[in-house]
Amino acid sequence: MANEARKIVIPSQMLGETKTMKAGRGTFVDQGKIYAERLGILSIQGNVIHVLPLKGRYDPVVGDFVIGVVEEAATSNWMVDINAPYPALLHVNEVPWEIDFADTEKYLNTGDAILAKVLSVDESKKLQITLNDRNLFKIKGGHIIEVESSVVPRIIGKKGSMIALIKKYTRCRIFVGQNGRIWIDGDAEGIALVQQAITKIENEAVTFGLTDRIEELLKKDAKDVR
Amino acid sequence: MMKSDIKLINSEGKRLDGRGPEDLRKIKIESGVLHRADGSCYLEWGGNKIYAAVYGPREAVPRHCQNPLRAIVQARYNMAAFSVEDRKRPGPDRRSVEISKVISEALERVILTEQFPRATVDVNIEVLAAEAGTRCAGLTAAGVALVDAGIPMRDIPVACAAGKIEDQIVLDLGKLEDNLGQADLPIAISPRTGEVLLLQMDGHLTHDEFNKAFDLAVRGCHIVSDVQKQAIMHKYQSVVAAEVQE
Amino acid sequence: MTITPAIKKDYITKLAEQGKRVDGRTFDQYRPIEIETGIVKQAEGSARVKIGNTQLVVGIKMGVGEPFPDTPDCGVLSTAAEFVPLASPDFESGPPREDAIELARVVDRGVRESEVVDIKKLVMTQGEKVWLVFIDIHILDYDGNLFDAASLGALAALMTTKIPILRLLGPGGLEKSDLEAWFNTTKIQDIYDLYSMPGFDEYVAGNNKELFKDVKPIALPMTEPPISCTAIKINDYVMFDASLDEETIADVRLTVATDHKGDLRAMQKGLSGSFSKEEIQKVINGALVNGQEIRKQLYAKIGK
Repeated sequence: MANEARKIVIPSQMLGETKTMKAGRGTFVDQGKIYAERLGILSIQGNVIHVLPLKGRYDPVVGDFVIGVVEEAATSNWMVDINAPYPALLHVNEVPWEIDFADTEKYLNTGDAILAKVLSVDESKKLQITLNDRNLFKIKGGHIIEVESSVVPRIIGKKGSMIALIKKYTRCRIFVGQNGRIWIDGDAEGIALVQQAITKIENEAVTFGLTDRIEELLKKDAKDVR
Repeated sequence: MMKSDIKLINSEGKRLDGRGPEDLRKIKIESGVLHRADGSCYLEWGGNKIYAAVYGPREAVPRHCQNPLRAIVQARYNMAAFSVEDRKRPGPDRRSVEISKVISEALERVILTEQFPRATVDVNIEVLAAEAGTRCAGLTAAGVALVDAGIPMRDIPVACAAGKIEDQIVLDLGKLEDNLGQADLPIAISPRTGEVLLLQMDGHLTHDEFNKAFDLAVRGCHIVSDVQKQAIMHKYQSVVAAEVQE
Repeated sequence: MTITPAIKKDYITKLAEQGKRVDGRTFDQYRPIEIETGIVKQAEGSARVKIGNTQLVVGIKMGVGEPFPDTPDCGVLSTAAEFVPLASPDFESGPPREDAIELARVVDRGVRESEVVDIKKLVMTQGEKVWLVFIDIHILDYDGNLFDAASLGALAALMTTKIPILRLLGPGGLEKSDLEAWFNTTKIQDIYDLYSMPGFDEYVAGNNKELFKDVKPIALPMTEPPISCTAIKINDYVMFDASLDEETIADVRLTVATDHKGDLRAMQKGLSGSFSKEEIQKVINGALVNGQEIRKQLYAKIGK
């Protein structure tokens, strides 16, 4: 009943050779050998070697749902922090409201949180996001916490199983941004329990059997399960 | 203090702290020790105690500092006022500025900066206790902090010094050896390829002595590199060990 | 600058209305405190203090020099704080800004005005030669409540400081006559015992360095320390030991230093809000209780 961890690799670790394998994400090639470029988890899919990062800033992908925090309102756009190496630009044309010139502050101001989608990433990594979608909105109420963006897949779980489990036992509304920001809404005990579960997932992201242990934790302090 | 009073290395090859000519001082490394930083490291090397923290990649400001094609790497080496026997006035002095520069340049070579145009990777090294070899210890700690921050790199940089005391080439000079010795050669390498990232020498070495000292320092770097890697892996292995006990 | 989302601020306030805090603490509760002393051998005294995730190191360096012209009969105390960029994404490199200066001055006054270090006992020759004590605060990880962490660190470092007599003795530095003069002003027996030891004159001349290696170190002359406790107010809710997020939305802050007798030794209000008289009483009472607890922990650590 060995509880092994997933295989953790570090930069410069040799993972394979281009003779037989292909270099995927998180790797680089030097003289026919494939190396890890980051601290991460080894993932071999077919003949492609990937390294899934364990840590690091969020790397925006077009189409990702992200939770952003407005940094400043300019005359025809807002600059939004999405936990990436760069702030994202939200143009007035990319919001569902009709905005009079220089009235941007009336709609979104410094400190406001939004659920947005990544619209574009250009070659110099200039980022744009959009609110133009009925699934996107300005967030009101609740609480926001931050985790490593690399842990997001584990918090969501296979086919959403982990996040569904947490919602079930805590009776909270939860939205997990791909960028590692998580919005939680519910009563104080529920929110605290969600935070506990998420912290545990973050600390034990590399292990197997996590779903069972999280369920145990949630059951201990849970309300009546719906 | 009379120079002739102190014998740095005796007839049996034992140095003042009991080390042999090719022995490193004791090194302890811990990764991920600070909460605000994106990546961090605490390192003890002999009497040195050093913290390194990485913030980034983040947008470089002001705009005119930005490189449109790659990230810039800004290392800042700083010594606490109480880190040395004679209190050091807080703030950067010329020595700290120079060390910051050579460390920035060394790190720039291994970080995959092309992945982050217009950004900066900020590396902060704080020396809380200093006992010779702080730039090597600082760069070594920075290497671990960079990995901990998830910065993409082609290798984990590591540094070590060799020197000459009483006509013998020795590894990893201690404080008195640095003060009274004949030469000091700190180097940093990319352990995977052997590329030299940092090289400074002061003192007097024959060409032959340099070769010996260089090779010795490289050997030292490889030993320290293993300690770095163990420290990084240890953080995750202890999670597994704890989980097995549950 | 890192922006705290408005939602988070609202949540903290909402919880406060229910008598709760985000990390589950009560309003009067401190995060876990860790104290470690003697961590920097190069310093005369040092301490690392953690309060929750906030972490800093305080180092004490000493020297010999001239007193301030307006206090010729006192030793010199000087406090500085470095908000190094290592400790927060919002700290920039450069000379100390107003936060660092305020912190240094508050810690300095806490030590000076409370006379916890008896600087009158740091005089060798009035107006000419006195002991200099430098307190340097080095922030490592900023997550709120630097005031209490720094004050505690300064105390722990000062209370475990060893005066570097032997290091400074010798031609060009301290002389036997300085020690004699120092003994005359302080009557500290250990000083007399030190320079009366056989072989002392040879030591001062630069020989016989080995002889005094194991001699008992002389500590700074100190009195019972007052402990600083800082509370903030969010709307009408007063809470102790604010985390970073709580500090960001605090309207006002009050630090109260209390001593072992339950007397008040220092107070400092900060930020632009205000306190009612009842709220000040709340803070004083909380400071008395927490001060006692922290004092116990400090004494246990330094072996008192």
